[in-house]
Amino acid sequence: MPMYLNEDQTMLRDSAREFLKSEAPVSHMRKLRDENCKDGFRHALWKQFGEMGFTGILIGEDDGGLGLGHVEAGVVLEEIGRNLSPSPFLTTAIAGVAALNHGGQHLKDKFFPGILAGETVLALAIDEGAKHRPAHIATKAERSGNGFKLTGQKQFVIQGASADALIVAARTAGAPGETDGITLFAVEKDAANMSMDSARLVDSSMAAHVTLDGVEVDGDAVIGEVDNGWQVLSGLLRAGRAGSAAELVGVGAGAMDMTVDYLKQRKQFGRLIGEFQALQHRSAHVYSEMGIARAAVLKAQQLLDEGKDSAEVYVSVAKAKAGRTTNLAVREGVQMHGGIGMTDEYDIGFYMKRDRALNEFMGDANFHAGRVAEIFGY
Amino acid sequence: MSDLEQFRMEARAWLEENCPAEMREPVRGEDDVCWGGRNWTFKNEAQKLWLERCVAKGYTVPDWPQAYGGAGLTAAQAKILRQEMARINARPPLSSFGIWMLGPALLQFGTEEQKVHYLGQIARGEIRWCQGYSEPGSGSDLVSLQTFGEDKGDHWNVNGSKIWTSYADKCDWIFCLVRTDKTNKYQGISFLLFDMTTPGVSTKPIKLISGNSPFCETFFDNVVVPKDQIVGQLNRGWDVAKYLLGHEREMISGGGLGDGAPSLGAQMVASIGTNGLGQLDDGLLRAELAQFDVDALAFKAMAERFTDEMKSGKGHPAQPNMMKYAGTELNKRRHELVMAGNGSDALEWESEASKGGAKARNWLRTKANSIEGGTSEVMLNVIAKRILDLPGA
Repeated sequence: MPMYLNEDQTMLRDSAREFLKSEAPVSHMRKLRDENCKDGFRHALWKQFGEMGFTGILIGEDDGGLGLGHVEAGVVLEEIGRNLSPSPFLTTAIAGVAALNHGGQHLKDKFFPGILAGETVLALAIDEGAKHRPAHIATKAERSGNGFKLTGQKQFVIQGASADALIVAARTAGAPGETDGITLFAVEKDAANMSMDSARLVDSSMAAHVTLDGVEVDGDAVIGEVDNGWQVLSGLLRAGRAGSAAELVGVGAGAMDMTVDYLKQRKQFGRLIGEFQALQHRSAHVYSEMGIARAAVLKAQQLLDEGKDSAEVYVSVAKAKAGRTTNLAVREGVQMHGGIGMTDEYDIGFYMKRDRALNEFMGDANFHAGRVAEIFGY
Repeated sequence: MSDLEQFRMEARAWLEENCPAEMREPVRGEDDVCWGGRNWTFKNEAQKLWLERCVAKGYTVPDWPQAYGGAGLTAAQAKILRQEMARINARPPLSSFGIWMLGPALLQFGTEEQKVHYLGQIARGEIRWCQGYSEPGSGSDLVSLQTFGEDKGDHWNVNGSKIWTSYADKCDWIFCLVRTDKTNKYQGISFLLFDMTTPGVSTKPIKLISGNSPFCETFFDNVVVPKDQIVGQLNRGWDVAKYLLGHEREMISGGGLGDGAPSLGAQMVASIGTNGLGQLDDGLLRAELAQFDVDALAFKAMAERFTDEMKSGKGHPAQPNMMKYAGTELNKRRHELVMAGNGSDALEWESEASKGGAKARNWLRTKANSIEGGTSEVMLNVIAKRILDLPGA
């Protein structure tokens, strides 16, 4: 596979670009924040995602989807990143669908029609501490009747309070830190004994702390096999990490373009500040790093789509590289904008906030560099 | 089976049969690289055999047309051949500035006669070329060069000197930027080719901080260059030079890929040691190595993307500058980490155990990467102006 988008992928990018620029530009996100929107996204926009076919990218053709891959998912996510468009796309249509693709047909039949229509929203209840440690799951799932009873605490559950169902990782055996003994469940929003405490995050998105206090689910709620959930969770994480890396690249590219434009407009000392070599070199460095980050992300997605083992290491390379690079792009962006970059009125600050949240999502750059070292055995 | 899969099978079978076992070992030292040329002494029979077989197949320059000694492969086929060679760790049969730099320039600007003659010699490894660009007063500001070729009717009479001429003392011919019009800065330079054994040409190796002398000063004292040994038009050599610099930068950026091993950190386990968790016994160095591996693998993906885009005409023409910048900075970091990871063992300069101080000398050599072929600062200038379109001089 050559390392650039083919004709169909380029068409998809063009339509995603046009759609998000017109329907969900940065001003859309600003408006939701100013309105104190409790969902953190517009259901009407999610419906449009369905109409555009985006929500079916990872859903197989037999189930009514497009049967495409991670490269196509990344194409849409990069445009989402560039426009800071709030949507459940990454958690529902990418990570959530990747998990459900490992599940039984009854779960696909239950959730895929709603996802395809842009109606159903899924949220991921994985993390239990402030840092992403996916094997450190203490939430318990004990056998009870025909099903299980879930008890524990989850946090950083993006759009949890607006979701129709949560994908919950819980422990059916073993101890926190072990990869064996984890089971994934699809828990519906109206389940008894589940409570949520939502908070707005720095990037204006909404995330919930979830308390599971003996939540009863039946056996049908299990995604994949009991005790072997690590495999399902790994698939969910690979998709989510590659996807969030792609979105990060979009955030970084958006910040970089905005900054380079600003350097061509702002005058000080009687000339455009873009004439100063100090700023030229730093901008050129950001450009160079962004190109490399984008290539790493594309490589990870291609390897995922080809089903290669090396996808594992490249997904972490992509998340680490995109994380570091976009963080550089947004920091340089605010600095080069000077005073105006510190104002709420100007958009560059939103990029810095979104980068912070996306960096943390599913493991930051240090976490993933550490994973690369582990995979290589040092 | 698709045509490309068919080609992959054929290439794999051919390599299996024709690449000698000794040529499937990583390159350990300078003499493992086959440069060819009139005075080349093969390190062993395998090196000679490998070159001869590749020459016969057109695989020293697989994507050049068959008429000029190549195999006429498409971009997709050439990529598959590279992958198959990498799969068995096959060494390049021939390395040369002729392949990397002059060849592409001749393909673009040469006459049919020049292509058949010079490209054929390059493909067969018969002539080893060096590059006469920099001068003592003209480094980053290359266009200020002073070496002058006076028009003498049927030839030019060349006087002047070049510096940082790689392997000039070992090369057979030089491609050289010579001023042929003193009144015009950019459009007063011609791109000339001449034999290093021409009377009046002399070289003097320069000893570097590595203790080695890969570069020379080169002097021209009334050197006669026939008029048909010009590439492109008279006084338009800067166009050829710039085109070729793109290829040179691309070549130097390849250093960023290292020796092909996927992880530098994994190579440090023996020298650094591990703790009870099986992690390198130096937490901060481990973190640095992990960050490096992330950057190196990301750069590897970029190099693949760069090649694919360039071969299909999608890349920005100034992109080689970005690759050169990123690749050389990465390679310098790699060698800093090799030194840190190997501790006092890496400091040895002359011992047998250190193979004559290979690590230390390589480390010092890499410091030139971000200077030769255009400094990192010049690369950043070019990116800022030609790609980001930032204003100013």
